[in-house]
Order: sequence, then C-alpha cells, then structure tokens
Amino acid sequence: MTTATQAPERVGPPSKAARPHPIRDTLIKRSGIGILTLILVSILVFAATQILPGNAANAVLLNTATPARLHALEVQLHLNRPAVEQYWTWLIAILHGNFGTSLANGASVGTLVGGRILNSAVLVVLAGVIGTVLGVGLGVLAAARRDSLLDHVLSVGALAITALPEFVVAVILVIFFAAVVWHLFPAVSVFAPGTAPWSNPAELVLPVATLVIVIVPYVFRMMRASMIDSLESDYVQMAQLKGVPRWRILFVHALPNAIAPTIQVIGLNFLYLAGGVVVVEYMFNYPGLGQALVAAVSDRDIPQIQCIVLVLAAFYVAVNILTDVISLAVSPRRRLPRS
Amino acid sequence: MTAPSGDIPVVAASETEGTPRLAVENLRILTTPRRGQPDADVVDEISFTVQPGQVLGLVGESGSGKTTVALALLGYFKRGLRPGGGKVLVDGRDILTLPEHELAKLRGRTIAYVPQDPASALNPVLKIGTQLREVFTIHGGDPSRLTDVLAEAGLEDPAPILASYPHQLSGGQQQRVALAMAFACRPRLIVLDEPTTGLDVTTQRRVLDTVRGLCRTYQVAAVYISHDLAVVAEIADQVAVLYAGRLIEVGQAREVFASPAHPYTRGLMRAIPVLEGTYELHGMAGSPPRPGSRPAGCFFQPRCEFAIAECEVRQPDLITVSGTGHAARCVRAVEVAALSGTATLAGARPELPDEEPVLTISGVSVSYTDKPVLQDVNLVVGARQSVAIVGTSGSGKTTLARCVVGLHKDWTGTITFAGQELAPGVRHRTQDQLRRIQFVSQNPYSSLNPRHTVGQIVGTPLAHFAKQQGRKLAGKEHQQKVDDALTSVALRASFAARYPDELSGGERQRVALARALVLDPDLLVCDEVTSALDVSVQAAIVELLLRLQAERGLALLFITHNLPLVRSIADDVTVISAGQICERGPVTRVLTEPSHAYTRQLLADVPAFEHG
Amino acid sequence: MARRPEAFAVLGRAVRTPRGATGLAIAGCVVLVAAIGPAVAPYSSTAFVTEPFARASSVAWLGGDTLGRDVLSRTLDGGWELLLMAAVATALGVAAGSLCGVVAAYSGGWRDAVIMRSVDVILAFPQLVFALLLVSILGPKIWLIVLAVAISHAPQVARVTRAAALDISERDFVKAMQILGIPGRRIIRRDVLPNLTSVLMVEIGLRLTYSMLVIAGLSFLGFGLQPPAASWGLMINENRVGLIANPWGVLMPAILIALFTIGTNTFTDAVARASLGVGRRSTEPDPLAELTLEGATS
Repeated sequence: MTTATQAPERVGPPSKAARPHPIRDTLIKRSGIGILTLILVSILVFAATQILPGNAANAVLLNTATPARLHALEVQLHLNRPAVEQYWTWLIAILHGNFGTSLANGASVGTLVGGRILNSAVLVVLAGVIGTVLGVGLGVLAAARRDSLLDHVLSVGALAITALPEFVVAVILVIFFAAVVWHLFPAVSVFAPGTAPWSNPAELVLPVATLVIVIVPYVFRMMRASMIDSLESDYVQMAQLKGVPRWRILFVHALPNAIAPTIQVIGLNFLYLAGGVVVVEYMFNYPGLGQALVAAVSDRDIPQIQCIVLVLAAFYVAVNILTDVISLAVSPRRRLPRS
Repeated sequence: MTAPSGDIPVVAASETEGTPRLAVENLRILTTPRRGQPDADVVDEISFTVQPGQVLGLVGESGSGKTTVALALLGYFKRGLRPGGGKVLVDGRDILTLPEHELAKLRGRTIAYVPQDPASALNPVLKIGTQLREVFTIHGGDPSRLTDVLAEAGLEDPAPILASYPHQLSGGQQQRVALAMAFACRPRLIVLDEPTTGLDVTTQRRVLDTVRGLCRTYQVAAVYISHDLAVVAEIADQVAVLYAGRLIEVGQAREVFASPAHPYTRGLMRAIPVLEGTYELHGMAGSPPRPGSRPAGCFFQPRCEFAIAECEVRQPDLITVSGTGHAARCVRAVEVAALSGTATLAGARPELPDEEPVLTISGVSVSYTDKPVLQDVNLVVGARQSVAIVGTSGSGKTTLARCVVGLHKDWTGTITFAGQELAPGVRHRTQDQLRRIQFVSQNPYSSLNPRHTVGQIVGTPLAHFAKQQGRKLAGKEHQQKVDDALTSVALRASFAARYPDELSGGERQRVALARALVLDPDLLVCDEVTSALDVSVQAAIVELLLRLQAERGLALLFITHNLPLVRSIADDVTVISAGQICERGPVTRVLTEPSHAYTRQLLADVPAFEHG
Repeated sequence: MARRPEAFAVLGRAVRTPRGATGLAIAGCVVLVAAIGPAVAPYSSTAFVTEPFARASSVAWLGGDTLGRDVLSRTLDGGWELLLMAAVATALGVAAGSLCGVVAAYSGGWRDAVIMRSVDVILAFPQLVFALLLVSILGPKIWLIVLAVAISHAPQVARVTRAAALDISERDFVKAMQILGIPGRRIIRRDVLPNLTSVLMVEIGLRLTYSMLVIAGLSFLGFGLQPPAASWGLMINENRVGLIANPWGVLMPAILIALFTIGTNTFTDAVARASLGVGRRSTEPDPLAELTLEGATS
C-alpha cells in the first residue's frame, strides 16, 4: 500500500503577528509616492511659469510694459529674489491656502478657484458614474452575446465614437438638442459660479451627456475584452463542466475576474475627464475649473494657472491612489500571499 | 522497486454483463467550417466501452485528439469544434442528443471531470468553499458532506482549505480539491484529463492512489487520459491508444503493454524510460499528421517499419488479436502482436578516459534574501561523462545549472572548469570558457527568436565568437559550419531557411541543440530539455544526445525530474532535495540500492513500468 | 541577414480585413483632401466672398463663415498643418517613449525605477492641460505645441513598450544570447526590438489619433494657429455662433476631423487583431489548439 511518510498537508491563514495588510501598505506607499509626485509637479509648474520664461513679468505685460509697471509686477511676483527662495515662499504660501491674487481681476485666487471646484466636480462625478455604469453594463452584454448583431453594432459604434474629439461630440449634441434640430436644452450655461450647479439641472444635461458619450466606449471595450477573456478561461470551462447554469457563470464566475483590469480603465477615464472638462466647459460656458483655466491662459494670469493646475494634479494623484487600492481589493491573488 | 499494481483485478470483457457504464460508438468530431477553410475531422471512428469500477486509460501524444475526446464525454466541444456523428452512451443514454440544459444537469453529477491544470481550473477570485459548495447547491446534494468529501480526497484539515483562495494552496492540494469536486455527487462516470501532469512524483503517487480508491469504493467508471504510459500502466485496467485522431489499439492494459499489436504502440514501448534495467530508448522518425492533412491510407504508414503496399491504399479496420478484446487497426496486427520483446537492453556504457574532470563544483551555495536555495553543493563531471541531477521543482537543480552557465551570479563557493576557476557571471568569464560551456533550456517554444530563421539562430554564436577573436568568418565557411551543426542533430540543411513557428517541439529542441553544438563545446548543460516533449520525441532526443556524446567526446550535465530517464542517459546521478545533495554515485548503484531515505521515497513513488 | 519584415506582414493582413480596409480608406481620403486641398480651393482662405454666415449658394458652395469668407476654401486649406503637427508629435513621442521603455525594461533594477518614475510625473497632467501650461508661458507657438504633445505621449508609450520588452527579455532566447556573452545593447537591437514591432505599430496608431484630438482641441480653444489662418479646430470655434444660420462652417471641419480619427482608430484596431495572430503562432505548441484559436481571435 502507500508509504506516505509526510503528515497531511496543512494550510491556513498566517498567524496574527505576521499577517500583512496589503491594502493598508499599498495606501501608505502610494500616498508617499503621490506626495512626492505632487512636489515634483509643483516644481515643474513653478519652473515653467516663473523661472523659465526669463522675465515672466515681461511676458505678462507684453506691450504695456513700462519700467515702473515692470518693476511693480516683479516685486509682486517676487521675481527679484533667487529662484529657490521664490519657490520656497510660494510653496509655503500655498500650503497655507494662499494662492496669491489674480493678475486679471485682483481677487484672491483661492476664492475664485474654490467656487468653481464644486461645479467641475459635479460634472466629473456625474459623467464618471453614469459612464462607468453604462460602459460596464454594455460590455457585459456584448460579451455574453458575442458575435451577435447587437455585439457587432455596439463594437463598431464604440470604435467610431472613441475616435471623436469632445468638441465634435459637443457640437453634434448642440446641433441636435439645443440649436438646430430640437431646442430641448440650453446651449450655454448662465448660472454664476457660487450657486449650486444642481439648481438648474437642464444646464447640466448636455455637458454631462458629452462627457458620458466620450468615455463610455473606453470602458465598454475594455469590459467586453476582459469579459471575453474570462469566458474563455479554464475556470469558466471547468464551471461549465460542473453544470453551473449560464447566468451564474456570467455573474459569479466571469464578471468578478473581468472587473479587475477594467478598474484600471475606469480610473484612467476619471483622469481623462479632468482634461475633458476643459473643452466641454469652454464649449458650454460652464463656470468650472476648465473654463477658468482657458481664460487664465489667455490672460496669462499666472497665479490662477498655477492654482488650477495644482488642483488638477492633486485630483490625478488621488484618483491614481484610489485605482490602485480598489484594484488590489478585487484581486485576491495579489492581496493574499501564499502561506 | 515496483509499486503494487497487482491489486487491480483484471476483468475480462466477457465477465461483466448488462449495459456498460460508458459506451462510445464511432464518435466523430469536426472543426466548424470557417471562411476559406474546409472542415477537417479531428477524431473519427472512436469506439470503446467502460464497465463500472473499471479504469480505461486513453493514451496519445500531442495532436492525437485525446483531450477533444475527453471533453466530448461530457458533451462539451471547444470553440471551433462540433460533433459530426456517432454516439456517447452513458448508462445507455446518448448524451450527444441532449439539449444544453439537460447536459448541465448531468455534468458534475452523473459525469464528472478532473482537469489537467487545477491551478487554472479553479476560479482565482472565489474561495474554495464557494466553489465546492456550488456543486451541492446546483445538483441538490447535502452541503454538510463538504468536509467528508474533502477528507475522502485526502485533505484532512478542511476548514482552512475551504476558507482559502486557490493560489494559496499547493499543486497537490489544488488537485485534491478538484478530485473532491468531481467525486462529491458520486458520479457514475469520471473523466480525468492528465490530472497528475505538473505534480511531483510523490504527490502524483498519492493522487493516483486516491483516484483508484475512490473509483473502486463507489464503482465509478473512469476514463484516464494521459501521455505517460507508466502512469497508465499503474492505474488502468484497459487501454485505448489514439494516434492522429484514430483509435489504433484497444485491449486489456497488461496485454497491450506486453504484446502491442500496432507498430505505433510498439514504437511507444521502445521509447519509454524504465527504472528496472538499462534500456536503449528509440524514437520514431517523423511526426503525426495534422487535421486536414491526413493521408488516404493508414495514418501511421509514413513512419511505419512494417508498412506494406496495402497500407497506403486505405485505413485498416480494427482487427481482433485475442479473445480478451485486444484489437488493433493494422493489417499486420496479429503478426506484430506475436513479436517478442519490444525493448532493447542497452549495451555497456563506454569506458571513461582517465582525464581530469571537466567540471568540479565545490561548496556552492545560493540564497534568495534569507531562504537558502542551494547549500554546500559538491559535484564532479568527468571528461566525456554524463551526469544527471535529479530533483523535484524547487530543489534548486535549475539554479545550479544557471550558476554553472553564468546566468546566475550570486553564488559562493568554487566552480572549476578544465582546471580554471569560473567567475560568477558571464561578464567576467573568458571567451574560451564561454565557448566551451553551452546550455539548452526546457521550453522549446521560447528558446528560439521567432523573428530569426533557423540559419540565423544557429549562426549567431559563430559570428559572435569570430568577431570576438577579431576574425571574420568567410561566408562559405560559416554556412558550412551551420549546415554541419544541423546535420549533426538530424535536421536537413534546408531547415536553415525556416522560421521557428514552422517547426514542431522536437524540431525546435534540435535547433537549440545545434545552436549549442556549433561552437564545439566540451560541456553541455541540459536543463529539463525533454520535459515539454512527447515520450517518443523525448526518446529521439536522448538517442541524439548519446550519439553526439560518443562522437564528440562531450560531457553532459543533464538536469531532470524524470528518474527512469536517468537510467537511459547517465553514468552518474546526483539526487538533490531542498538545495542539498542527498546522494551521489553511479546510476546502477543509486537506483537499485539507494542509501538515502529521500532517494528511496522517490523510487517508491515512481510509477512502475516493466517491459514484458 | 535577410529578416522577415514582420511589419509588412502584419500591415498586409490588416489591410485585407474589412475593418482595416475601411479605416485606411477613410483616413486616406481625409489626408488626400488636406494635402491637395490648398491647390484646388476656389478662393483664398482669407478672401471675403459673401455675407457672414450666408447660406450655401453658387458663389460659396458651403456658405460663408463668421467673417464672410468661403467655408469650402477654408476647409480645404485648414487640414494639412493639423495633420503634419499630429504626425510629427506622434513620431517624436513614440520614439522617445519606446526608447525609455525598452531601456528601462532591459536594464532593470534602479535604472528602471528612475526612468519610469520620472516619466510618470508627466502623467500627472492631462495631455491638454500640459500643453496649455506650456502655451500659457511661451505663447501658442507651433513647435511648442508639437513638443508638448510629444512629451505627453511618452509616459504611456514607455509603459506599454516596457511591459512588452520585459515579457520578451524574460524569454529563453534572450537568455541564450546573454550566456554567449553578447553585450546588452546588441541584444536589445537584434533580439528585443524586432519582436516589439507589432506593439509599436499599434501604439503609433493610437497615439496618432490622440495627437490629432489634442491638437485640434487646442486649436478649438484658440491656442493653435492664430486667426486669420484656417485651421479646422479654430473654424469650429469661430463659427459656433452662427450655427443656426450656416451649420457648414462648423460641420465640415468637424466631419473631417472625425473621419480622420475614426479612420486611424479603425485601422489601428485591425492592425492589433492582425498582430495577435502572428505573435501567437510562434508560441503555441498544440496543433489542435490552432483550430480553436482561429475561433477565438475576434
């Protein structure tokens, strides 16, 4: 008979003392990297806006520069001090919430930008959530009915829409729903920054719709592809050979596996939205960060540019961290090591 | 040392009555027609029966269609394949006629499947408990039996296993979970698709015992698919041999192995490495025809040494050879079966010259962070000698090979080659040292650059070393050397223009060998070079290596996990476990009178195969 | 040494599929229009030929734009600079990014970490915002925009090529070259790079689409070619106001931009599928698996 000389194999969670906390560790590590990135970004922004152009004051004032005005502006922007000291002063001020005063209208940049953050946030969150839900749902549907007419239509549609720039999508929506064909929604927003964006929902529809249309195809394609990968895997084949019913295979076996790579894409989409809002807000005259940025660039309003770019960078870093953590949470293989 | 196989009673077909548990009749499977490609048949004329409590071994090399047949027994066809005729009768009921939802009810309950690779067959995001409980929920079993089912499969401590994810278990544990899932609902028929491939010998032994025990206890009919004839000899009552999608031989296991009636089966017997006695391994020239390019006559005819004119004309029918159900698809079946002993005992190995050893390894240790991988390893390879290193995965044998060759740099100790000490990494070794030690790795599918032709692959070392020495090889001379290298590995010179993706696994491995030999080295390090190949291809490569060794006076350091193979290829063997050398010495002594407990364990666990 | 040109093989296969052919045709038409446009335009792009936002007429086939210039002529004139900028930005970005990625992958260790971390800092900006940042200081100079877009492509390209190069560097044939003592640089050039062709082609296609989107977007926001030059993005913005009166001023350039990006995207998709088949065949052992693979590549 058998000459088994080893004890029955044991497995179990490692002892409390040694148990790692991968999620907590990742959070800490990524936050550290995130802060480092932000510091590097701030250096880059500062260098680009105040150091590089030589005399930034000249660039701002252009033809209206007179020696007196030049000097006054230089003092205001601390341009007569050494570079590193300028950076340091600037950084300290920012950490205290003081972003300086706008060169365009003299108001505190902090207040100006602060009032708009909420507006842009509403757009991003609404578009992000709706887009993700739609994209995931359609992706699962297309994968489950692979090679059907529905699948082909959705796939080709996604391919086409993915390629469209936001302003083209916005223009098409405006033509159809606001200006030429029907007049359901306003073509531009008229509410002032500071009032709650949801007080006039009709003005939100077209901007959000534009962003949703632009991001759904990405999520759709990724979800479909990873769902198909999952459905072709050995473990799904095994489930079929166990007699597991189709719906359970789709939602319990395949979907949880397919979602992990899609999380990355969803994260990327939120990041993309941060840039997408610029064009959409400009198009619809929506009082958010994007519109302010375009105006600030036109006016060369350096403090405002600095502030908005830093806010966007912070958003980026936060989304990256969140994506990494959620990605880890849905994938037990990375979360729990072999014991 | 043979593991007991005599306790499986040999049941002749005439002894049992009533409907066989499983009856396959003329099963035919085709590819689904695609644009521009006519459909080809993948398998055809497959017929066999299995009685309750019996195990049928389904044997075939890659491309034979055995997995396709295995899946068809559950009514499952992979994307691109469809049934094209025939019946699969389970308890008299043809499952190929059932609609999908009826099939789903049978799968997992009446007919169960044990997968080849449990690591990928278990869902990585679901806990083991969830995946096991599922079987009960769907088929209406009693969930409280969960722990019993695991215990039956050999997992004594169920709670932590149920709470784990698949990646947290070892390969052996994963396979036992798969077994537990399959036997949970007491199926009537169980299909096992190479379930022990990738497991080490000891785990394999335990899994085989478990399977046999469970089948007998519950009178389950089993179909065991494998390419490993030694394993099949252990566990099967009957054997069916597949070649290029056809059943070419069927019968009682003992009979088929003792007196094979088909030239292909005979060829297989001569290719199997065996622990008892030192036999020559013989490969078979050529390779099986793929679906869509199969000849009109007998499929094996192009490679067959018994072929006669009639064989080219049409496919032979199954010809009965004996009263116990032994039949073979060969016009000369009866003749072939009557031939005596298939295996040839090897001649004595050549006397080793009394020269300085080519390679001396002393006190080599390697550790990753604080885990020791190799501990104080000592080894000697004499001139023209063939030394095998045997161990399971994780034993450190591959790391040792990489240290010798220079791929791995962080080791302590000394390695001396031809009297000179070797520097740890490739960068600090002399050109001469680099040239005289060559390496062939395991995976023929990743060891050749897919963007280069065979000629370029074999020629690269030549060009590089010529450049290092400041010379440039004349075009003709270079071509000649490349051609010579190819012919020495039994590949025609015309192969030089081909790309790797046009070659089979065996051919690719030969190209890798040619690349290693083109510089005329003194030492060849082979890391599991035949592990990814079919048994007959393996035999051909071993034949080749021995011939090259004799012709060129090559020293061989042969790393493998396959103990019987060592018998046919090595003079000396070193057994390694967990980074430490357990035993070392001449092959005949170590394998017949082992002195270390680990070696004894290994020998006990190896599936026994005896030449009749 | 004769080497099989994988790039051509894959492109050839892609062009023969319906998707590939359609994509190439569409994008090709737009390129043609942009290239020949200035030569066949009926009027100069700055000439005033009709009323502002006049409807389509025999004088101006697509009507007038915001200042009464001929929409058709401006459309024909307004493409080639955009396309050229997009092409150059793509080429620069892919070259720089793939170099970083391959070197990082092959070197490994701290060099890898340093290269990838520095490249990642750029990722902290949306592409558009990065370009805006630079433009805000130095003004909307063409070379600056091209450079900004190229730099913003680099991180993504670096990541993708690094992953692919890592995968290849792990393969045994690279190790076989290392054992012979062949220096790293040569291995990268001879063994690693040729296997990256498919990945690079797909990236080029994707990046070209994005370049076009960002540059057209910048132009739309007023930071590309300055008025009175004709540029598709700028035209869309200029003529928005008169959308109801004469939609062609907005529609025509929008359609052309869309067609180009859809075309390149579709063709890139076809290339990605075509390269899938080429790569797999060289690593798939089981001849039967080939049959099921054919059904799986969709």
